[in-house]
Amino acid sequence: MVQNRSVELLVGVFMAAGLVALFFLAMQVGNLSASTNGEGYLVTARFDNIGSLKEKAPVTMAGVRVGRVSAIGFDQATYEAVVTLSIDPKYVTIPDDTFAKIFTAGLLGEQYVGLDPGGSEEYLKHGDQLALTQSALVLEEIIGQFLFSKAEEGVE
Amino acid sequence: MPETSDEPLIKIRGLKFFRGDRAIFDGVDIDIQRGKVTAIMGPSGTGKTTLLKLIGGQLRPQAGTIHVDGQDVHKLGTRDLYRLRMRMGMLFQSGALLTDINVYDNVAYPLREHTKLPEAMIRKIVLLKLEAVGLRGARHLMPSELSGGMARRVALARAVALDPMMIMYDEPFTGQDPISMGVLVQLIRSLNDASRLTSIVVSHDVHETAAIADEIYVIAHGQVMEHGEPKVMMDSGEEWTRQFMHGLADGPVHFHYPADHLEQDLMEKRC
Amino acid sequence: MLEQVVRLGRAGIGIIERLGRGHLLLWHILGGLGALSVRPGLLIRQIYSVGVHSMLIVGVSGTFVGMVLALQGFYILSQFGAEQTLGVMVAASLVRELGPVVAALLFAGRVGSALTAEIGLMKATEQLSGLEMMAVNPVKRVLTPRFLAGFISMPLLAALFSALGVLGGFFVGVGLLGVDEGAFWSQMQAKIDLHEDVYNGVIKSLVFGVVCTWIALFQGYDATPTSEGVSRATTRTVVHSSLAVLGLDFVLTALMFGD
Repeated sequence: MVQNRSVELLVGVFMAAGLVALFFLAMQVGNLSASTNGEGYLVTARFDNIGSLKEKAPVTMAGVRVGRVSAIGFDQATYEAVVTLSIDPKYVTIPDDTFAKIFTAGLLGEQYVGLDPGGSEEYLKHGDQLALTQSALVLEEIIGQFLFSKAEEGVE
Repeated sequence: MPETSDEPLIKIRGLKFFRGDRAIFDGVDIDIQRGKVTAIMGPSGTGKTTLLKLIGGQLRPQAGTIHVDGQDVHKLGTRDLYRLRMRMGMLFQSGALLTDINVYDNVAYPLREHTKLPEAMIRKIVLLKLEAVGLRGARHLMPSELSGGMARRVALARAVALDPMMIMYDEPFTGQDPISMGVLVQLIRSLNDASRLTSIVVSHDVHETAAIADEIYVIAHGQVMEHGEPKVMMDSGEEWTRQFMHGLADGPVHFHYPADHLEQDLMEKRC
Repeated sequence: MLEQVVRLGRAGIGIIERLGRGHLLLWHILGGLGALSVRPGLLIRQIYSVGVHSMLIVGVSGTFVGMVLALQGFYILSQFGAEQTLGVMVAASLVRELGPVVAALLFAGRVGSALTAEIGLMKATEQLSGLEMMAVNPVKRVLTPRFLAGFISMPLLAALFSALGVLGGFFVGVGLLGVDEGAFWSQMQAKIDLHEDVYNGVIKSLVFGVVCTWIALFQGYDATPTSEGVSRATTRTVVHSSLAVLGLDFVLTALMFGD
């Protein structure tokens, strides 16, 4: 039947359009191609203060995303924050004396971990710990310091 | 277990069926003989359609049994009930044709559902059945394009598509013009005689029904009032039966719905 | 006073009975799924009437919702100098909430009411009874294909809604308001998570598809077989499905994004 064929055709068009839309959402919007869902090697870094860093925050190097924050913990003995970074496995030549800092994207943006490469010949592997870290800048502390120094200037 | 051919095809014993507190049937016994046209008659609202649904196993009685061809309808499992229904045809008041497919596909429907016949064979059967009801030429029409009488004839062709042992007609004459009424009356009788069917006609159209029935049951107030051959029933001595069969305005069934005296009602202020 | 309590009790029993009948019906509908694989033609017909016929309304609505989101979002975000995150805002609201929910509401109005009316009229014109007497199970033959079609179509329609919405937002944000194209996409891709946002949106729309189709079929199947009964059932379908979608959306959101 002719009518049957056009029904099947339109159903095919509908299903294809729906699947293309899903694919579009997954690839273009959700960025499936670049997502690192736990597939990467883990390194830890200890910070005195991580500010408002969240899990899944980006880890960047020279501004390029190389991984995500996969877990955040607290060491009860040293009172430090233990941040586990999941680094994309294609970046295998990160020196083991790399410096990890917590930055804020813009004034109101979220926080992320930035890595500054060191000069070591040894590269990071799974389970390593980054020794050199710099804590998040907490806005209130900066303002506090600023006021404090202003006040000292005033005294002089 | 098939019974001998002079056993009635349908045996109803002590049937009781209630809707809420209202008794639709209160101890009804009916025998429907093989190869005959049996009419079930009664005023509107006596549950004639309900009786057909009980026979078809769509409703369950509170008490009593219905045996169809030796099988207790309400003790059958779903599979056996469906197998039994394949041997029952039912003509609904509205025809109950599937409105989204045309006449041909409607008649072919039970064949395609229940048999594995090749399409060429189905085509032959469908055309023969449609020829029998005189609507072979209307096979490409949609149900919405049919008149009420034609829809019923198509439904009849569909009901006999699987060559059932019996057909139940639910009010086949209601709302028909005299010509389609005549056509239906003749069809029911000729189908019954030609295919050795058993027919049950539920109706309150006395004359048409009396013309084709071999036996008439009159039901009212949940009871079988009387049964017998049409001629006997027409000359019945019972006052009630006479009122019904001859359509008298007053008799044991009063013209007036029970009410207070008219004068009293008119004098009163409130509604 | 006592009379009121009695009435309350009667209403309660009525509701519980309907719920029971509804779940029983769902059970029977699901029981017909196996037989459906033998007759895929039935399903295709239903996807045609459920899905294809809704494509236009869902697509157009999605595009406009996306465009409005971009327009509104732009003015608010530009006050903080954060227009760059427009893509994130548009995509997140569409993929997480508006896509599944608005598509489901449209689905309830467009498809649910039609299903209820169709089933209700089939009941009123004795077609369902007729099928039963032809030894064909009307639930398996009529309801199951429609149910599965709703289940399959809903997530596809929601995805269509969201995708066209994002494109609509892109058109307004980048094309008309001058947001940087690269920032629009890259911010979106950085912040929208495949699992958290896209998959959860799909799960939501699957749930909504089941609930909307189920309510529509039950209302039709349970309708009083008169024209008044069918029209009431149709209204009930739209009201109940819309409330169910909004209520379930809250529950699902709390479960998915709650912690």
